[in-house]
Amino acid sequence: MLKTFKLGGVHPAENKLSADKAIEKLALPKSVFIPVAQHIGAPAQALVKKGDQVKVGQLVAKSGGFVSANIHSSVSGTVKKVDLAMDSSGYPKQGILIDVEGDEWETGIDTSSTLVKNFETDPKKIIDRINEAGVVGLGGATFPTHVKLVPPQGMKAEVLLINGVECEPYLTSDHRVMLEKADELLVGVRLLMCALEVDKAYIGIENNKPDAIKHLKELAAKESGIEIVPLKVKYPQGGEKQLIKAVTGREVPSGALPIAVGAVVSNVGTALAVYEAVQKNKPLVERVVTITGKSVKNPANFLVRVGTPIQYLIDAAGGLPEDTGKIISGGPMMGKAVASTDIPVTKGTSGILLMQDAEAKRQPMKNCIRCTRCVTVCPMGLEPYFLMTVSDKQIWEKAEASKIMDCIECGSCSYTCPADRPLLDYIRLGKGKVGNIIRSRKK
Amino acid sequence: MSKLLTISPSPHVHTSDSVNKIMYRVILALVPALAWSVFMFGFEAIRVTLLAVAACVAFEYLIQKYIMKSEPQITDGSAALTGILLAFNVPASLPTWMILVGALVAIGVGKLSFGGLGNNPFNPALVGRVFLLISFPVQMTSWPVTQHATVDALTTATPLALLKEGVKAGQPVSEVMQGLPANLDLLYGNMPGSLGEISALFLLLGFAYMLWKKVITWHIPVFILGTIFAFQGILWMFNPENFIEPVFHLLTGGAMLGAIYMATDMVTSPMTVKGQLIYGIGIGVITVLIRNFGAYPEGISFAILIMNGFTPLLNVYIKPKRFGGTK
Repeated sequence: MLKTFKLGGVHPAENKLSADKAIEKLALPKSVFIPVAQHIGAPAQALVKKGDQVKVGQLVAKSGGFVSANIHSSVSGTVKKVDLAMDSSGYPKQGILIDVEGDEWETGIDTSSTLVKNFETDPKKIIDRINEAGVVGLGGATFPTHVKLVPPQGMKAEVLLINGVECEPYLTSDHRVMLEKADELLVGVRLLMCALEVDKAYIGIENNKPDAIKHLKELAAKESGIEIVPLKVKYPQGGEKQLIKAVTGREVPSGALPIAVGAVVSNVGTALAVYEAVQKNKPLVERVVTITGKSVKNPANFLVRVGTPIQYLIDAAGGLPEDTGKIISGGPMMGKAVASTDIPVTKGTSGILLMQDAEAKRQPMKNCIRCTRCVTVCPMGLEPYFLMTVSDKQIWEKAEASKIMDCIECGSCSYTCPADRPLLDYIRLGKGKVGNIIRSRKK
Repeated sequence: MSKLLTISPSPHVHTSDSVNKIMYRVILALVPALAWSVFMFGFEAIRVTLLAVAACVAFEYLIQKYIMKSEPQITDGSAALTGILLAFNVPASLPTWMILVGALVAIGVGKLSFGGLGNNPFNPALVGRVFLLISFPVQMTSWPVTQHATVDALTTATPLALLKEGVKAGQPVSEVMQGLPANLDLLYGNMPGSLGEISALFLLLGFAYMLWKKVITWHIPVFILGTIFAFQGILWMFNPENFIEPVFHLLTGGAMLGAIYMATDMVTSPMTVKGQLIYGIGIGVITVLIRNFGAYPEGISFAILIMNGFTPLLNVYIKPKRFGGTK
């Protein structure tokens, strides 16, 4: 029996169209737009102004606090302006627009593909280096990695979990990283283990990637303390709490962080970024992005510089298909629908999904027939139908008492509802309101 | 870019399942039992079923369009399903006008007066059936003999009614049983009774289909039938002269029809497995109590309606197990 989490879960069609496409380097665009807020927390402060010359890897915006991250230039060229432009949120955000000239890297950055295995085992030095390099969680949540590596007072990490689940349909960037960058990935895992001072790491991989499981198992056999855990295919296994439950059996208490059960979770892409930051002195300026969709001519996995407009990826994959009805940054379960192809790839962009017209539109909502499916599939043990009702009726005390804040917004309820009810839309609304109420109470 | 894109919050994919599919799958699951009824009762079974379905759909259309002034929702299949279930719960000889009255009460009072599909606290088909049973007790308990019976009569009594009369008259159960069909006959449905309740076998076949298609889960039917078996079994062990063995009760009086198709009505049954357990045990216990000690020979209709009434309460007080909750 393969391990998995117990409560709830769904299994949408996997559609991993680009799974066997090797990672390709995408040609440099003419210009890039690098937002100063590509992570959870305070936006970074821009250090450059119009007319400045920058090199690849140069710090262009400085971390704006403890929970924040540095931003580096992903190209060499001239800063055209520091201004507002649209990102995947759909709102104008501050960022740095750079015209690309050549590809000149900062000195001291090792851009070769030589594997560097040995490192200094000083946790503080590793964490500082990760902080400097602007590494954030590449799974999509973009939480600054250095913050995770410093547990709050009185708490101690016991185990590191590496998330190679990639439970979102369509996305394959993590899969390709595990196949093509496994050596680097494992050094990254050892660096993270060293930074956390733990001697055990698990890499959780869903069973629909048997090649990645086999490959990493062979390599991990030579390392001590790193174990590959094949998992049953079930969404949302890539959710932090679900992954911890699936691999270790521990249950993060309601309202608490994973560290409460001694666990720290990091994505495989993040582990690779950690390797490059510490061993190659290379800041986070590029990442693997899947470009996919049922009508896309050549679904692919590209190594893309941060700030590249997604139009470049679409062109490289064969152009925008006629029947495109929706463009999603991320996967189809939790990704964001975007309004234009001018928005940039950021640190958190794991994929670009072009959906066909037929799938893009929602069906009209019908009455709830209380089929219990939303309750059955909820991985947090909530009652989505009830939370929707109390959010609609604005009964916030009941929403809070029914644990609305525990919702991880995985979308399993809306996905599964036979009456096409927008459960998660209402729950998000309720979460926002209840969150505000809780914060104002603490003041 | 000239084309307009759809913008909506996640998730962006949706299951292929729908309310309509659920309804039509339940209807499909009832087809084998319906075929058996036609075999047993002939044209009368077709007449009653078609009438009930047509009347339910027509009343739903008319009420939604002219009284509620809303878009009629007859294509979702729920009215047709109510019609079939109503037909399954009445004798095949029921007069046409009574069927129309039953359909009007089921759809008009049982369902649409509360706001339509999803809002009714009680199972609409059972509301219609119980209304008919209370209003027209004679016609509702005159059972036509089956086409293949050898007796020379027009009507007959159901096994449960025979049992009840016998026990009331002071006969020991072992003696009454001489005049009852064997359990094997009861299983495939060689007995008089309501149109669709008689064949446990074909109703179970439909259950298997619904489980396969994940229309319903096993919980409610198993909880109900398990409770009837256990409770009746206990009574039987204590006093086999007054109480019949439990398998008889599983195979008669619409226990299968009620447990598999009526009690599992999603709208009127609880949302959590724990709630469904209480609901199922409640239905089983009440059914056995009515059958052994009540005025009616069968009791599952009343048992389901009573527990329907408790469903909102169960949904409020029985919560699912929360992830990371403290025990």
